[in-house]
Amino acid sequence: MTTLTNRPADPAELVLEQHRAFRDELLAARLLLSTGIDGLYLRSDRFERIVRGIDAMVSRAGAGTAEETLHFPLLMPREVLERTNYPRSFPNLTGVVSGFSDPTADHAALVQAFDSDDRASWTNLLRPSDLALCSAACHPLYPTQQGTLPAEGRVVEVFGQCFRREPSIDPARMQSFRQHEFVYLGNAEGARAHRDAWIGRALELHGRLGLSVEAVNANDPFFGRTGRLLAASQLSNSLKIEVVAPIAAPSAPTAITSANLHLEHFGEEFGIHTATGQVAHTACVGFGVERIALALLRRHGLDLTGWDPQIRQELAL
Amino acid sequence: MEREIRQILAAHGRLGVDVYSLDADADLYRNGMTSHASVNVMIGLEEAFDVEFPIEMLRRSTFESVASIETALNSLTATLAG
Repeated sequence: MTTLTNRPADPAELVLEQHRAFRDELLAARLLLSTGIDGLYLRSDRFERIVRGIDAMVSRAGAGTAEETLHFPLLMPREVLERTNYPRSFPNLTGVVSGFSDPTADHAALVQAFDSDDRASWTNLLRPSDLALCSAACHPLYPTQQGTLPAEGRVVEVFGQCFRREPSIDPARMQSFRQHEFVYLGNAEGARAHRDAWIGRALELHGRLGLSVEAVNANDPFFGRTGRLLAASQLSNSLKIEVVAPIAAPSAPTAITSANLHLEHFGEEFGIHTATGQVAHTACVGFGVERIALALLRRHGLDLTGWDPQIRQELAL
Repeated sequence: MEREIRQILAAHGRLGVDVYSLDADADLYRNGMTSHASVNVMIGLEEAFDVEFPIEMLRRSTFESVASIETALNSLTATLAG
Protein backbone atom coordinates (compact mmCIF):
# COMPACT_ATOMS: atom_id res chain seq x y z
CA MET A 1 0.00 0.00 0.00
CA THR A 2 2.92 2.35 0.60
CA THR A 3 3.68 2.55 -3.10
CA LEU A 4 0.09 3.55 -3.81
CA THR A 5 0.03 6.34 -1.24
CA ASN A 6 3.41 7.62 -2.43
CA ARG A 7 2.29 7.82 -6.01
CA PRO A 8 2.24 11.47 -7.17
CA ALA A 9 -1.24 12.78 -7.96
CA ASP A 10 0.05 15.19 -10.61
CA PRO A 11 0.20 13.35 -13.96
CA ALA A 12 3.30 15.28 -15.05
CA GLU A 13 5.07 14.32 -11.85
CA LEU A 14 4.04 10.71 -12.31
CA VAL A 15 5.56 10.71 -15.80
CA LEU A 16 8.80 12.18 -14.41
CA GLU A 17 8.90 9.49 -11.76
CA GLN A 18 8.37 6.79 -14.39
CA HIS A 19 11.18 8.25 -16.51
CA ARG A 20 13.52 8.22 -13.53
CA ALA A 21 12.48 4.70 -12.51
CA PHE A 22 13.10 3.22 -15.97
CA ARG A 23 16.42 5.03 -16.31
CA ASP A 24 17.51 3.71 -12.92
CA GLU A 25 16.56 0.16 -13.98
CA LEU A 26 18.61 0.49 -17.19
CA LEU A 27 21.61 1.80 -15.27
CA ALA A 28 21.30 -0.87 -12.58
CA ALA A 29 21.26 -3.56 -15.29
CA ARG A 30 24.29 -1.84 -16.91
CA LEU A 31 22.51 -1.75 -20.25
CA LEU A 32 23.39 1.94 -20.22
CA LEU A 33 26.08 3.58 -18.11
CA SER A 34 25.71 7.03 -16.61
CA THR A 35 28.11 9.83 -17.58
CA GLY A 36 26.68 12.14 -14.95
CA ILE A 37 24.94 14.17 -17.64
CA ASP A 38 21.25 13.64 -18.33
CA GLY A 39 20.71 12.25 -21.81
CA LEU A 40 24.32 11.17 -22.39
CA TYR A 41 25.06 7.49 -21.81
CA LEU A 42 27.72 4.93 -22.47
CA ARG A 43 26.16 1.90 -24.08
CA SER A 44 26.66 -1.76 -23.27
CA ASP A 45 27.32 -4.38 -25.91
CA ARG A 46 23.92 -5.93 -25.11
CA PHE A 47 22.27 -2.61 -25.94
CA GLU A 48 24.29 -2.29 -29.15
CA ARG A 49 23.34 -5.81 -30.26
CA ILE A 50 19.68 -4.75 -30.13
CA VAL A 51 20.51 -1.60 -32.12
CA ARG A 52 22.41 -3.63 -34.75
CA GLY A 53 19.43 -5.97 -35.04
CA ILE A 54 17.05 -3.04 -35.56
CA ASP A 55 19.37 -1.46 -38.13
CA ALA A 56 19.50 -4.70 -40.08
CA MET A 57 15.69 -5.00 -40.04
CA VAL A 58 15.30 -1.41 -41.25
CA SER A 59 17.80 -2.02 -44.06
CA ARG A 60 15.92 -5.17 -45.07
CA ALA A 61 12.61 -3.25 -45.08
CA GLY A 62 14.07 -0.82 -47.62
CA ALA A 63 16.19 -3.31 -49.54
CA GLY A 64 16.50 -2.49 -53.23
CA THR A 65 15.04 1.02 -52.94
CA ALA A 66 18.18 3.05 -52.24
CA GLU A 67 20.68 4.16 -54.86
CA GLU A 68 23.36 4.22 -52.17
CA THR A 69 23.87 3.81 -48.43
CA LEU A 70 25.86 6.45 -46.56
CA HIS A 71 27.23 6.69 -43.03
CA PHE A 72 27.58 10.15 -41.46
CA PRO A 73 29.72 11.32 -38.55
CA LEU A 74 28.41 13.34 -35.61
CA LEU A 75 29.91 16.55 -36.97
CA MET A 76 28.95 18.48 -40.05
CA PRO A 77 29.82 21.87 -41.53
CA ARG A 78 28.20 24.63 -39.50
CA GLU A 79 27.09 26.08 -42.80
CA VAL A 80 24.79 23.08 -43.33
CA LEU A 81 23.09 23.75 -39.99
CA GLU A 82 22.61 27.36 -41.02
CA ARG A 83 21.31 26.51 -44.49
CA THR A 84 18.67 24.12 -43.08
CA ASN A 85 17.29 27.05 -41.05
CA TYR A 86 17.82 25.02 -37.87
CA PRO A 87 19.14 27.92 -35.73
CA ARG A 88 15.97 29.87 -36.47
CA SER A 89 13.60 27.01 -35.68
CA PHE A 90 15.46 25.11 -32.94
CA PRO A 91 18.10 27.39 -31.38
CA ASN A 92 17.71 25.62 -28.05
CA LEU A 93 18.62 22.21 -29.51
CA THR A 94 21.63 23.39 -31.49
CA GLY A 95 25.26 22.54 -30.85
CA VAL A 96 28.25 24.26 -32.45
CA VAL A 97 31.81 23.10 -31.80
CA SER A 98 34.12 25.66 -30.25
CA GLY A 99 37.86 25.51 -30.53
CA PHE A 100 41.11 27.21 -29.62
CA SER A 101 42.46 27.51 -33.12
CA ASP A 102 42.45 31.26 -33.57
CA PRO A 103 46.04 32.40 -34.39
CA THR A 104 45.64 35.34 -32.02
CA ALA A 105 44.46 33.06 -29.21
CA ASP A 106 46.02 33.78 -25.85
CA HIS A 107 47.35 30.48 -24.46
CA ALA A 108 48.60 32.06 -21.22
CA ALA A 109 45.13 33.45 -20.48
CA LEU A 110 43.61 30.05 -21.13
CA VAL A 111 46.01 28.30 -18.77
CA GLN A 112 45.45 30.94 -16.13
CA ALA A 113 41.68 30.47 -16.38
CA PHE A 114 42.09 26.69 -16.30
CA ASP A 115 44.17 26.90 -13.13
CA SER A 116 41.82 29.35 -11.44
CA ASP A 117 39.08 28.54 -8.94
CA ASP A 118 36.60 28.77 -11.78
CA ARG A 119 38.12 26.02 -13.88
CA ALA A 120 35.32 26.01 -16.48
CA SER A 121 36.17 29.61 -17.38
CA TRP A 122 38.89 28.37 -19.78
CA THR A 123 36.08 27.65 -22.23
CA ASN A 124 35.42 31.40 -22.46
CA LEU A 125 38.64 31.60 -24.50
CA LEU A 126 37.25 29.27 -27.16
CA ARG A 127 35.61 30.49 -30.29
CA PRO A 128 32.88 28.90 -32.45
CA SER A 129 34.39 26.91 -35.29
CA ASP A 130 33.09 25.97 -38.71
CA LEU A 131 31.78 22.68 -37.27
CA ALA A 132 28.32 21.92 -35.89
CA LEU A 133 26.86 18.80 -34.34
CA CYS A 134 24.56 17.04 -36.73
CA SER A 135 20.95 18.08 -36.10
CA ALA A 136 19.19 15.37 -38.11
CA ALA A 137 20.67 12.43 -39.98
CA CYS A 138 19.54 13.61 -43.40
CA HIS A 139 20.83 17.20 -43.14
CA PRO A 140 24.42 16.52 -44.29
CA LEU A 141 23.01 14.68 -47.31
CA TYR A 142 21.38 17.67 -49.02
CA PRO A 143 24.53 19.58 -50.09
CA THR A 144 25.68 16.40 -51.86
CA GLN A 145 22.48 16.29 -53.91
CA GLN A 146 22.75 19.67 -55.60
CA GLY A 147 21.87 19.47 -59.28
CA THR A 148 19.36 17.47 -61.28
CA LEU A 149 17.84 14.22 -60.05
CA PRO A 150 17.08 11.19 -62.22
CA ALA A 151 13.56 11.07 -63.71
CA GLU A 152 12.33 8.63 -61.06
CA GLY A 153 13.87 10.63 -58.21
CA ARG A 154 16.36 9.13 -55.82
CA VAL A 155 16.35 7.29 -52.49
CA VAL A 156 19.39 7.31 -50.20
CA GLU A 157 19.79 5.24 -47.06
CA VAL A 158 21.53 7.16 -44.28
CA PHE A 159 23.04 6.06 -40.99
CA GLY A 160 23.55 9.23 -39.00
CA GLN A 161 24.62 10.36 -35.56
CA CYS A 162 22.70 13.28 -34.12
CA PHE A 163 22.80 15.76 -31.28
CA ARG A 164 19.99 17.65 -29.57
CA ARG A 165 20.71 19.82 -26.56
CA GLU A 166 17.79 18.76 -24.39
CA PRO A 167 18.94 17.19 -21.13
CA SER A 168 16.23 15.01 -19.62
CA ILE A 169 15.96 12.19 -17.14
CA ASP A 170 13.82 10.36 -19.70
CA PRO A 171 16.23 7.71 -21.00
CA ALA A 172 14.48 7.90 -24.39
CA ARG A 173 15.44 11.56 -24.74
CA MET A 174 19.14 11.23 -25.41
CA GLN A 175 21.30 14.19 -26.34
CA SER A 176 23.55 11.99 -28.49
CA PHE A 177 21.72 9.41 -30.58
CA ARG A 178 21.43 7.80 -34.00
CA GLN A 179 18.86 7.91 -36.77
CA HIS A 180 18.57 5.40 -39.57
CA GLU A 181 16.86 7.06 -42.50
CA PHE A 182 15.59 6.48 -45.98
CA VAL A 183 15.50 9.84 -47.76
CA TYR A 184 13.61 10.49 -50.97
CA LEU A 185 14.39 13.33 -53.37
CA GLY A 186 12.14 13.92 -56.36
CA ASN A 187 8.68 15.26 -57.10
CA ALA A 188 5.78 15.98 -54.71
CA GLU A 189 3.88 12.78 -55.53
CA GLY A 190 6.98 10.66 -55.11
CA ALA A 191 7.71 12.27 -51.74
CA ARG A 192 4.21 11.53 -50.47
CA ALA A 193 4.31 7.97 -51.79
CA HIS A 194 7.68 7.39 -50.08
CA ARG A 195 6.44 8.81 -46.79
CA ASP A 196 3.17 6.87 -46.83
CA ALA A 197 4.79 3.58 -47.86
CA TRP A 198 7.26 3.91 -45.00
CA ILE A 199 4.54 4.54 -42.41
CA GLY A 200 3.12 1.15 -43.39
CA ARG A 201 6.53 -0.54 -43.35
CA ALA A 202 7.38 0.99 -39.99
CA LEU A 203 4.11 -0.11 -38.38
CA GLU A 204 4.64 -3.62 -39.72
CA LEU A 205 8.27 -3.75 -38.59
CA HIS A 206 7.53 -2.54 -35.07
CA GLY A 207 4.53 -4.87 -34.86
CA ARG A 208 6.75 -7.85 -35.68
CA LEU A 209 8.89 -6.88 -32.72
CA GLY A 210 5.87 -7.11 -30.44
CA LEU A 211 5.58 -3.35 -29.84
CA SER A 212 2.18 -1.68 -29.47
CA VAL A 213 2.53 1.22 -31.85
CA GLU A 214 0.31 3.74 -33.53
CA ALA A 215 0.89 6.40 -36.18
CA VAL A 216 -0.05 9.91 -35.09
CA ASN A 217 -0.02 13.35 -36.67
CA ALA A 218 2.78 15.29 -34.99
CA ASN A 219 4.84 18.45 -35.02
CA ASP A 220 8.48 19.25 -34.41
CA PRO A 221 9.28 21.19 -31.20
CA PHE A 222 9.80 24.52 -32.98
CA PHE A 223 11.12 27.16 -30.60
CA GLY A 224 9.27 30.12 -29.15
CA ARG A 225 6.21 32.04 -30.29
CA THR A 226 7.14 31.86 -33.95
CA GLY A 227 7.52 28.13 -33.41
CA ARG A 228 3.86 27.91 -32.48
CA LEU A 229 2.94 29.05 -35.96
CA LEU A 230 5.39 26.64 -37.61
CA ALA A 231 4.11 23.75 -35.50
CA ALA A 232 0.49 24.62 -36.28
CA SER A 233 1.31 24.74 -40.01
CA GLN A 234 3.08 21.41 -39.85
CA LEU A 235 0.15 19.83 -38.01
CA SER A 236 -2.56 21.23 -40.26
CA ASN A 237 -0.71 19.95 -43.33
CA SER A 238 0.02 16.54 -41.73
CA LEU A 239 3.67 16.89 -42.73
CA LYS A 240 4.99 14.81 -39.84
CA ILE A 241 3.67 11.38 -38.88
CA GLU A 242 5.20 9.75 -35.85
CA VAL A 243 5.06 6.11 -34.88
CA VAL A 244 4.75 6.17 -31.10
CA ALA A 245 5.19 3.43 -28.51
CA PRO A 246 5.07 3.41 -24.72
CA ILE A 247 8.58 3.47 -23.25
CA ALA A 248 9.11 4.75 -19.72
CA ALA A 249 5.68 6.29 -19.19
CA PRO A 250 2.69 4.30 -20.51
CA SER A 251 0.45 7.39 -20.50
CA ALA A 252 2.88 9.39 -22.63
CA PRO A 253 4.03 7.30 -25.61
CA THR A 254 7.31 8.31 -27.26
CA ALA A 255 8.01 8.77 -30.97
CA ILE A 256 10.30 5.95 -32.06
CA THR A 257 10.10 6.54 -35.81
CA SER A 258 8.94 9.51 -37.84
CA ALA A 259 8.02 9.98 -41.47
CA ASN A 260 8.20 13.50 -42.78
CA LEU A 261 7.39 15.61 -45.80
CA HIS A 262 9.75 18.57 -46.17
CA LEU A 263 8.00 20.00 -49.25
CA GLU A 264 10.57 22.17 -51.13
CA HIS A 265 12.35 23.34 -47.96
CA PHE A 266 15.63 21.55 -48.67
CA GLY A 267 15.28 21.34 -52.46
CA GLU A 268 15.14 25.11 -52.74
CA GLU A 269 17.98 25.93 -50.33
CA PHE A 270 20.35 23.29 -51.69
CA GLY A 271 19.58 23.74 -55.39
CA ILE A 272 18.14 20.27 -55.98
CA HIS A 273 15.95 19.91 -59.06
CA THR A 274 13.82 17.24 -60.65
CA ALA A 275 14.50 15.98 -64.18
CA THR A 276 11.75 18.34 -65.39
CA GLY A 277 13.44 21.37 -63.80
CA GLN A 278 11.18 21.82 -60.78
CA VAL A 279 12.53 22.45 -57.29
CA ALA A 280 12.74 19.00 -55.70
CA HIS A 281 10.53 17.85 -52.87
CA THR A 282 12.11 15.69 -50.21
CA ALA A 283 10.77 13.26 -47.63
CA CYS A 284 12.37 11.02 -45.07
CA VAL A 285 11.63 8.25 -42.66
CA GLY A 286 13.86 8.20 -39.61
CA PHE A 287 14.09 5.29 -37.22
CA GLY A 288 15.25 6.31 -33.75
CA VAL A 289 17.23 3.16 -33.12
CA GLU A 290 18.04 3.81 -29.46
CA ARG A 291 14.40 4.59 -28.75
CA ILE A 292 13.25 1.41 -30.49
CA ALA A 293 15.78 -0.57 -28.42
CA LEU A 294 14.42 1.07 -25.26
CA ALA A 295 10.82 0.33 -26.26
CA LEU A 296 11.83 -3.33 -26.72
CA LEU A 297 13.57 -3.43 -23.35
CA ARG A 298 10.50 -1.92 -21.75
CA ARG A 299 8.13 -4.31 -23.50
CA HIS A 300 10.09 -7.55 -23.23
CA GLY A 301 12.21 -7.00 -20.14
CA LEU A 302 15.82 -6.12 -19.47
CA ASP A 303 17.04 -9.70 -19.79
CA LEU A 304 17.47 -10.29 -23.52
CA THR A 305 17.78 -14.04 -23.07
CA GLY A 306 14.18 -14.13 -21.88
CA TRP A 307 12.74 -12.50 -25.01
CA ASP A 308 10.39 -14.40 -27.32
CA PRO A 309 12.57 -16.60 -29.59
CA GLN A 310 10.89 -15.25 -32.71
CA ILE A 311 11.78 -11.68 -31.76
CA ARG A 312 15.33 -12.73 -30.89
CA GLN A 313 15.54 -14.31 -34.31
CA GLU A 314 14.24 -11.15 -36.05
CA LEU A 315 16.99 -9.17 -34.32
CA ALA A 316 19.64 -11.90 -34.75
CA LEU A 317 20.29 -11.79 -31.00
CA MET B 1 -4.51 48.96 -42.95
CA GLU B 2 -4.90 46.71 -45.99
CA ARG B 3 -2.23 48.60 -47.91
CA GLU B 4 0.24 48.21 -45.03
CA ILE B 5 -0.54 44.48 -44.77
CA ARG B 6 0.23 44.12 -48.46
CA GLN B 7 3.49 46.00 -48.03
CA ILE B 8 4.54 43.61 -45.28
CA LEU B 9 3.54 40.63 -47.42
CA ALA B 10 5.57 42.03 -50.31
CA ALA B 11 8.60 42.40 -48.04
CA HIS B 12 8.38 39.06 -46.17
CA GLY B 13 5.84 36.75 -47.81
CA ARG B 14 8.06 35.51 -50.64
CA LEU B 15 4.95 35.10 -52.77
CA GLY B 16 5.24 33.91 -56.32
CA VAL B 17 2.78 36.59 -57.48
CA ASP B 18 2.23 40.35 -57.21
CA VAL B 19 0.68 40.79 -53.79
CA TYR B 20 -0.93 44.12 -54.73
CA SER B 21 -3.04 42.50 -57.44
CA LEU B 22 -4.14 39.57 -55.23
CA ASP B 23 -7.73 39.34 -54.07
CA ALA B 24 -8.11 40.06 -50.33
CA ASP B 25 -9.50 36.55 -49.88
CA ALA B 26 -6.85 34.78 -51.99
CA ASP B 27 -5.02 31.98 -50.20
CA LEU B 28 -1.48 33.24 -49.59
CA TYR B 29 -0.12 29.73 -49.00
CA ARG B 30 -1.45 28.61 -52.37
CA ASN B 31 0.29 31.63 -53.86
CA GLY B 32 3.69 30.53 -52.66
CA MET B 33 4.01 31.65 -49.03
CA THR B 34 5.87 28.98 -47.07
CA SER B 35 5.35 28.44 -43.35
CA HIS B 36 8.82 29.93 -42.68
CA ALA B 37 7.85 33.00 -44.72
CA SER B 38 4.59 33.28 -42.74
CA VAL B 39 6.67 33.55 -39.56
CA ASN B 40 8.50 36.54 -41.03
CA VAL B 41 5.16 38.06 -42.05
CA MET B 42 3.90 37.57 -38.50
CA ILE B 43 6.96 39.32 -37.03
CA GLY B 44 6.66 42.10 -39.61
CA LEU B 45 2.99 42.66 -38.74
CA GLU B 46 3.72 42.73 -35.00
CA GLU B 47 6.40 45.37 -35.51
CA ALA B 48 4.38 47.50 -37.90
CA PHE B 49 1.15 47.48 -35.87
CA ASP B 50 2.79 47.28 -32.44
CA VAL B 51 0.77 44.23 -31.42
CA GLU B 52 1.55 40.74 -30.23
CA PHE B 53 -0.49 37.87 -31.60
CA PRO B 54 -1.74 35.75 -28.70
CA ILE B 55 -0.91 32.03 -28.78
CA GLU B 56 -4.39 31.02 -29.91
CA MET B 57 -3.94 33.16 -33.03
CA LEU B 58 -0.62 31.56 -34.00
CA ARG B 59 -2.34 29.33 -36.52
CA ARG B 60 -2.05 28.88 -40.21
CA SER B 61 -5.57 30.24 -40.81
CA THR B 62 -4.74 33.62 -39.20
CA PHE B 63 -2.21 34.37 -41.94
CA GLU B 64 -3.90 32.69 -44.86
CA SER B 65 -5.18 35.82 -46.66
CA VAL B 66 -5.01 39.60 -46.59
CA ALA B 67 -8.58 39.57 -45.26
CA SER B 68 -7.87 37.07 -42.46
CA ILE B 69 -4.82 39.07 -41.36
CA GLU B 70 -6.91 42.24 -41.32
CA THR B 71 -9.61 40.53 -39.22
CA ALA B 72 -6.97 39.31 -36.75
CA LEU B 73 -5.35 42.75 -36.47
CA ASN B 74 -8.73 44.43 -36.04
CA SER B 75 -9.62 42.10 -33.19
CA LEU B 76 -6.28 42.84 -31.52
CA THR B 77 -6.52 46.59 -31.85
CA ALA B 78 -10.16 46.42 -30.64
CA THR B 79 -8.97 44.52 -27.58
CA LEU B 80 -6.33 47.18 -26.96
CA ALA B 81 -8.90 49.97 -27.32
CA GLY B 82 -11.33 48.19 -24.99
